[in-house]
Amino acid sequence: MIATFLIQDGVTNGAIYALLGLALVLLFSVTRVIFIPQGEFVAYGALTLALLDGGKVPATTSLLVCFGAVAFLFDLWSMRRGTDVGTFVRSLALNLVLPGVIYGITIVLAPLDLPSVAKALLTILIITPMGVYVYRIAYRPLADASVLVLLIASVGVHLAMMGLGLVFFGAEGLRAEPLADDNYTIGALMVSAQSLCIYGATIAIIVGLYMFFERTLLGKALRATAVNRLGARLVGVRTHLTGVTAFTLAAAIGAVSGVLIGPITTIYYDTGFLIGLKGFVAAIIGGLASFPITAIAAIGVGLVESFSSFFASSYKEVIVFGLIIPVLIWLSLSGGFHEEE
Amino acid sequence: MSGNLLELSDLHVSYGRAEVLHGISMSMKPGSIVTVIGANGAGKSTLLNAIMGIVPSSGTIIYDGAPVPRSVEGRVATGLCLVPEKRELFSTMSVEDNIELGGFLRSTTERAETREDVYTRFPRLAERRKQLAGTLSGGERQMLALARALMSRPRLLLLDEPSLGLAPKIVIDILNIVSELRKTGVSILLVEQNARAALEIADEGYLVELGEVRLSGPASEMAVNPALMESYLGSHS
Repeated sequence: MIATFLIQDGVTNGAIYALLGLALVLLFSVTRVIFIPQGEFVAYGALTLALLDGGKVPATTSLLVCFGAVAFLFDLWSMRRGTDVGTFVRSLALNLVLPGVIYGITIVLAPLDLPSVAKALLTILIITPMGVYVYRIAYRPLADASVLVLLIASVGVHLAMMGLGLVFFGAEGLRAEPLADDNYTIGALMVSAQSLCIYGATIAIIVGLYMFFERTLLGKALRATAVNRLGARLVGVRTHLTGVTAFTLAAAIGAVSGVLIGPITTIYYDTGFLIGLKGFVAAIIGGLASFPITAIAAIGVGLVESFSSFFASSYKEVIVFGLIIPVLIWLSLSGGFHEEE
Repeated sequence: MSGNLLELSDLHVSYGRAEVLHGISMSMKPGSIVTVIGANGAGKSTLLNAIMGIVPSSGTIIYDGAPVPRSVEGRVATGLCLVPEKRELFSTMSVEDNIELGGFLRSTTERAETREDVYTRFPRLAERRKQLAGTLSGGERQMLALARALMSRPRLLLLDEPSLGLAPKIVIDILNIVSELRKTGVSILLVEQNARAALEIADEGYLVELGEVRLSGPASEMAVNPALMESYLGSHS
């Protein structure tokens, strides 16, 4: 009985770690960025949803406008030696008009008592563009940098986003209302509607990503960039295009994870980091390259976490992060390190 | 600018402090095949990479009457296309996907048209559509690299050592394909070690040594040049 409960708990958390792990693998393979701040998108998403539940305008909307403004300044700086009207208008629309519109929509909708699905969608709408701006501000200027420099930038972005989280949300933890309240009994199992939402969303995103990478030209371009960067440039795939796409997807996945996890745990401004790290453990087990291994490993991480929190709760994190050590040893011994061709 | 498709003047390229190209000037008429020959390390590949924008260069590159765009992708959009020495295929993706990505900057209808043409030109690739690019033989890879390049509907194709590492019979196949391509209106700048074969299909030739143009002229004249014969063509044929 306890085992089934623990398994269910582990699979639920594992599904969320799977989403984060997939986002990390996606970002690393396309842009070579080890994206530590992925968890911040989760925290932002969960906190935004919780504030919307309270009928308040979430602070992330102002943050979004600030991000957009900074990104616009970056664009202006790179346009200082002359540009064409099209580029300027596009930059204006993406960096100032888009966050402005989202801000307006949120102000109108937030006080209304929206159905929870609408609030979830609004949250995703607010968080997703942040991926675009984070890429523009922190990573696009470093497009040709080494993995190590990109990693250092990631640490910086993580600290900045966590700090901004504290400024904008305060130190208090928030818990969002579940997307659906019901509980179902299947045999001996009691399944909450929220965990069904989590399974459904995870599967939908995995299928969606698969279709995107297998069926669309843009998805193939992202894969091509991951396989051979020079080859991709030679067929006219812009590094910036794949970068923006990857970061937008990652932010959207982060926001969805936040919406899903917000109602099952209390989220603080700095909770994202720990959640993100667990996704990272899964991504490492997948060698930062394999989507299926990452997804399976994430479920494993969730299970190990739930069992260890029951049997040895004070060592829970140690056991989970300890999982990475044998994998690293195995990876370094087998020499399965994939260099670019 | 006298209707040339490509005009290079005083092109310099440096890797760090070492200058590799010391002011190359050359021109190319639309619809022609121009070959650049020279020893290993003479700077032939660097020249192509500079024209494509993969390595930064100083001097001017006039393409179709205007300076080339700054980025590699911008150059691809205007119809420049490089088939690099190492092919740079997407090895873990299928032949079909590699070909499809070649037309990344073209519209869906343009891609459909060109795809049909490419598969008729390379029936071998049509048979192996679903195979991963990394599992192809050397000759097939070169064909795939050419096919991918054609999907971008190039007006000027830059070919870097297309015969490198291939069996003699396949070299002939590839060079035949190259001279076939010219009939469709594509201009070709061909870098080759195999000077004799290259001069046979080319209209004009340039000999590059140590980063400078040493000799240039109609390919038919270069092929019988005594000095060239000595060092690059082998003394008897």
